[in-house]
Amino acid sequence: MTLQATLNVHIGSFVLTADVEVEPGTTLALLGPNGAGKSTALRALAGLRPLSSGMIELGGRLVDAPEKGVFVPPEQRSVGVVFQDYLLFGHMSAVDNVAFGLRARGMRKREANAAAAEWLDRVGLAAQARHRPRQLSGGQAQRVALARALAIQPDLLLLDEPLAALDAATRIQIRAQLRKHLDAYEGATVLVTHDPLDAMVLADRLLVVENGSVVQAGSPAEIAKRPRTDYIAALVGLNLYRGTADGVSIKLDDGGVLTTAHRIDGPVFVTFPPTAVSLHKTRPEGSPRNTWLAEVAGIEQHADTVRVRLTGTPDLLADVTTAAVAELRLTSGQQVWVTVKATETHAYPI
Amino acid sequence: MRAVRARVPVVLLIPAFIGLAFLVLPMVGLVIRAPWSTLVDQLATAEVGEALRLSLICATSATAICLVLGVPLAWMLARTELPGRRVARAFVTVPLVLPPVVGGVALLLVFGRRGVLGQYLDAWFGISLPFTTAGVVVAEAFVAMPFLVIAVEGALRGADPRFEEAAATLGASRWTAFRRVTLPTVAPGIAAGSVLCWARALGEFGATITFAGNYPGTTQTMPLAVYLALEQDPDSATVLSLVLLAVSIVILVSLRDRWIGTRA
Repeated sequence: MTLQATLNVHIGSFVLTADVEVEPGTTLALLGPNGAGKSTALRALAGLRPLSSGMIELGGRLVDAPEKGVFVPPEQRSVGVVFQDYLLFGHMSAVDNVAFGLRARGMRKREANAAAAEWLDRVGLAAQARHRPRQLSGGQAQRVALARALAIQPDLLLLDEPLAALDAATRIQIRAQLRKHLDAYEGATVLVTHDPLDAMVLADRLLVVENGSVVQAGSPAEIAKRPRTDYIAALVGLNLYRGTADGVSIKLDDGGVLTTAHRIDGPVFVTFPPTAVSLHKTRPEGSPRNTWLAEVAGIEQHADTVRVRLTGTPDLLADVTTAAVAELRLTSGQQVWVTVKATETHAYPI
Repeated sequence: MRAVRARVPVVLLIPAFIGLAFLVLPMVGLVIRAPWSTLVDQLATAEVGEALRLSLICATSATAICLVLGVPLAWMLARTELPGRRVARAFVTVPLVLPPVVGGVALLLVFGRRGVLGQYLDAWFGISLPFTTAGVVVAEAFVAMPFLVIAVEGALRGADPRFEEAAATLGASRWTAFRRVTLPTVAPGIAAGSVLCWARALGEFGATITFAGNYPGTTQTMPLAVYLALEQDPDSATVLSLVLLAVSIVILVSLRDRWIGTRA
């Protein structure tokens, strides 16, 4: 069932606009910072918030179109939702939670419970069928919520930050399982997340939403390789600059010049990873093309590397080893020479 | 602990203990003066049994009416955006502060034989509420309903409306969501409200005597019987009072343990 939507929602002075199209069997992720309007988009698709204008068409059926006076309430749409905090009904057992949607659609109790038990088995919770939500762990509750949403066999599955409430260890495991269930699901899926890893692992396509509008759309690989906003660059861990290229030399908008390995012309984005940066006490001789003086603004330990924030023309992030930090005796306010090989930079048109 | 206690100012302690004694002493007095030797015989008399039976029936019926009408009313106040909701809420609380006698007079003016609605009830259906057992139920429901509505509305406001949204996305109509999700969630609030409502109905005096009168067997509930007995047979009045005190204590204890203590 194809989802096709032109979303336009006004909430006070906030405006969300997004074009959404999802083919059956594929997953679209809305990625963006908190308050970007991702959840609003999800609520609009579910029918929990009517559109201000635009339209939502699900499997050829118009479910929301203010201009035509069409609005199908959530209970009459074929949409399953996994809420961020799951919203499992606390007074019902896991199996009754999963059976709820089937019973609300008129299935008999016995058949609904049998189908629900089957779904719980599929998410690996057959043993917890009689448990109340408060007896379940976070990961188990998440799977019950997924089973509950899938049990009604919806045309559209909506996931609101499905992994946000889980601890790091559970998250990796549940993410892998979720991927498996999404692969088996035949309808369209829209996933909302602020975690780039969730988006990259679970989605076939990404829409990056900032301040209520889509700033970039594409496959996860494309977006990771060619970020177009500082937000995405920070998410995927790249230094990103905007500039004007003339051959291999790129004059940056905020000052400074970078040299790249391939010829390009006109307005461009240019990126390089923090791991490609080398720091030196003195100006290196006859070495890489990109060399400039910068001041250490901050130092943070990141697992086995150290992330150094530097201000200069341009500003940058550098990942260096702990040994290098010791050798250079890096401290805040210190001046260091920065080098980046031309072959490590990547430039693409705006 | 001892150091802390030593610092409590006497200026506060003395009125505090006087206040406590003021609340406790009347109840102690009731227990001391109760005719314990003839208690069982007193309870077994026809008048006491009749008043008790009538009280329980009327208070329970009034509570049932309050539940049927009050829970949807509380839902409307808590969950809908109907215009005039604030005014409606203000009206719901009026019977709480209104002297019950005034409530009884108001009920007479509306449901009396020549009342605003009563004249039609009488003319079309031959129904006359004043001075009947049904009148007692109406008077009690009028006075007690705010207790239920306020308790249930509070519980509804405390319940996350997003659960109803979750139910809607699963295909439940608003009625199904209310019945299967909202009601069970606020059940403790409804139970607490019902008990308060029932207790208030059981103790109702002013509106009942004004609207329904004081006829043994049909409208003479416990509080009316107590008042009447006080003039003729003080011992009987003490026994009846003792029964009502026992009921109050049982309610308080059950509320504290089951609902207020664990859920609030």
